[in-house]
Amino acid sequence: MIEERFDAIVVGAGMGGNAAALTMAERGLKVLQLERGEYSGSKNVQGAILYADMLEKLIPNFREDAPLERHLVEQRFWIVDERSHTGIHYRSDDFNEEKPNRYTIIRAQFDKWFSQKVREAGATVLCETTVTELLQDSHGRVVGVRTDRDGGEIHADVVVLAEGVNGVLGTGAGLRGRPKPDKVALAVKEMHFLSRETIDARFNLKGDEGLVIEAAGTISRGMTGMGFIYSNKECISLGIGCLVADFQRTGETPYGLLEGFKRHPSVAPLIEGSEVKEYSAHLIPEGGYKAIPQLCGEGWVVVGDAAQLNNAIHREGSNLAMTSGRIAAEAICLIKSRNDPMTAKNLSLYKKLLDDSFVIKDLKKYKDMPALMHTHSQNFFLTYPQLFSKAMQDYVRVDGTPKLEKEKLMLSSFIKARSWSGLFSDALRIARAWR
Amino acid sequence: MPSEPSRRVEDKLFYNRYLVDSGRAHIKVRPHTTPSSRLLSMLKACPARCYELSDKGHVEVTVDGCIECGTCRVICEESGDIEWSYPRGGYGVLFKFG
Repeated sequence: MIEERFDAIVVGAGMGGNAAALTMAERGLKVLQLERGEYSGSKNVQGAILYADMLEKLIPNFREDAPLERHLVEQRFWIVDERSHTGIHYRSDDFNEEKPNRYTIIRAQFDKWFSQKVREAGATVLCETTVTELLQDSHGRVVGVRTDRDGGEIHADVVVLAEGVNGVLGTGAGLRGRPKPDKVALAVKEMHFLSRETIDARFNLKGDEGLVIEAAGTISRGMTGMGFIYSNKECISLGIGCLVADFQRTGETPYGLLEGFKRHPSVAPLIEGSEVKEYSAHLIPEGGYKAIPQLCGEGWVVVGDAAQLNNAIHREGSNLAMTSGRIAAEAICLIKSRNDPMTAKNLSLYKKLLDDSFVIKDLKKYKDMPALMHTHSQNFFLTYPQLFSKAMQDYVRVDGTPKLEKEKLMLSSFIKARSWSGLFSDALRIARAWR
Repeated sequence: MPSEPSRRVEDKLFYNRYLVDSGRAHIKVRPHTTPSSRLLSMLKACPARCYELSDKGHVEVTVDGCIECGTCRVICEESGDIEWSYPRGGYGVLFKFG
């Protein structure tokens, strides 16, 4: 057993864990952070987009030395069928600002940098160490962790569970259930390397400008899912994700879906000639507000993906992790400064502060969206995209058909596919869930 | 859409780096005579194609190429079809980019 006792143990060195460890170490707490990877970042997988605002609250001058890829100047949303895409593109020179709002990053590299900041703040970071279980006293109070190292029991006043989406320790200790197949998505991703000039030319970028493409439609073959393409400096992050329950139900393969997305005529030219250097997979919490488990208890708090904090509609996750990690740490520091014990009652300050933040407010706003998207996936991810694509083609193709006749055909195709009541109720349900 | 050749995923895993913990598989399939529908779904749902059907009709797992996503845990752990844990510290997939 490691005799040394810590004020706090942080399990995991992702965005949530690093934010928590940094915040507590900076305020003088004795912090131990445990990470199972060979270095902080080596097990972490994300798209990835970094939201500057949430990192600025932790490291105000991060732009000076953080390994950032490109700042985003353009967002493309695509609805796709087999051979086409209908897009909404937003590009603005306003995003070429002194302190850009969003960047693409490569997580393994970014997290290594983030971890260095955690060490500089005074936390002890121990890698290549898997936490195997939470230590609980006879009252069920969490008093530390057991690791896979020899004599691996370590004690602390509080354990911050930043263990990621699978949340194995929390489940093992009976703090929360496992993620359910209809509440998590499986995303697979490849890193496609191309020269900087090629990426600039293909995506109409210059300097450090970057772009995001998000695509939904027939690429997910009727399942609830989405494809993404993010431009980094010298590579493209390209991936696709769908609900685990949908994979289970349909028998589609994740890599088959990825290959289909890559072959799409709107996508293939963007990655032509690239060299793939990595293939990864990751689960993404999709249950929203209603899937958030208990956030704290006797001697523990849970942050980030482990708490299922992910805004699937806006595809924000890492910023929710960072913010929840920071807020949990601030609550712990406040309790510590009062010399109060880390009881469930005292730690509920974390939940209160989180409830008042954008994290829970945003998730609450979209609390009905997961149910809507997950139960009508055929309509939203197959039927509508096909109808939109057909309508767009009819609209732009000039073939001598009178416009009025075209519009009538367009409308009747929608009614035939979904019926008046179906169209009406889909619109109503979206409006309600969005509000 | 036509189904993709199955060997493609092995090609993908070839890009990755691993430190295999020989003799200590972090995922184990419960011995069975007939595989459950959950286990059978893993033949397709596992993104690293770690699950395969043996000649005897059993679902078997080889974790060397596992990318540690947790999909099989979400589908198969609760029912006891598999035992799932992370690899020992330092072992398993080593992402360069993530």
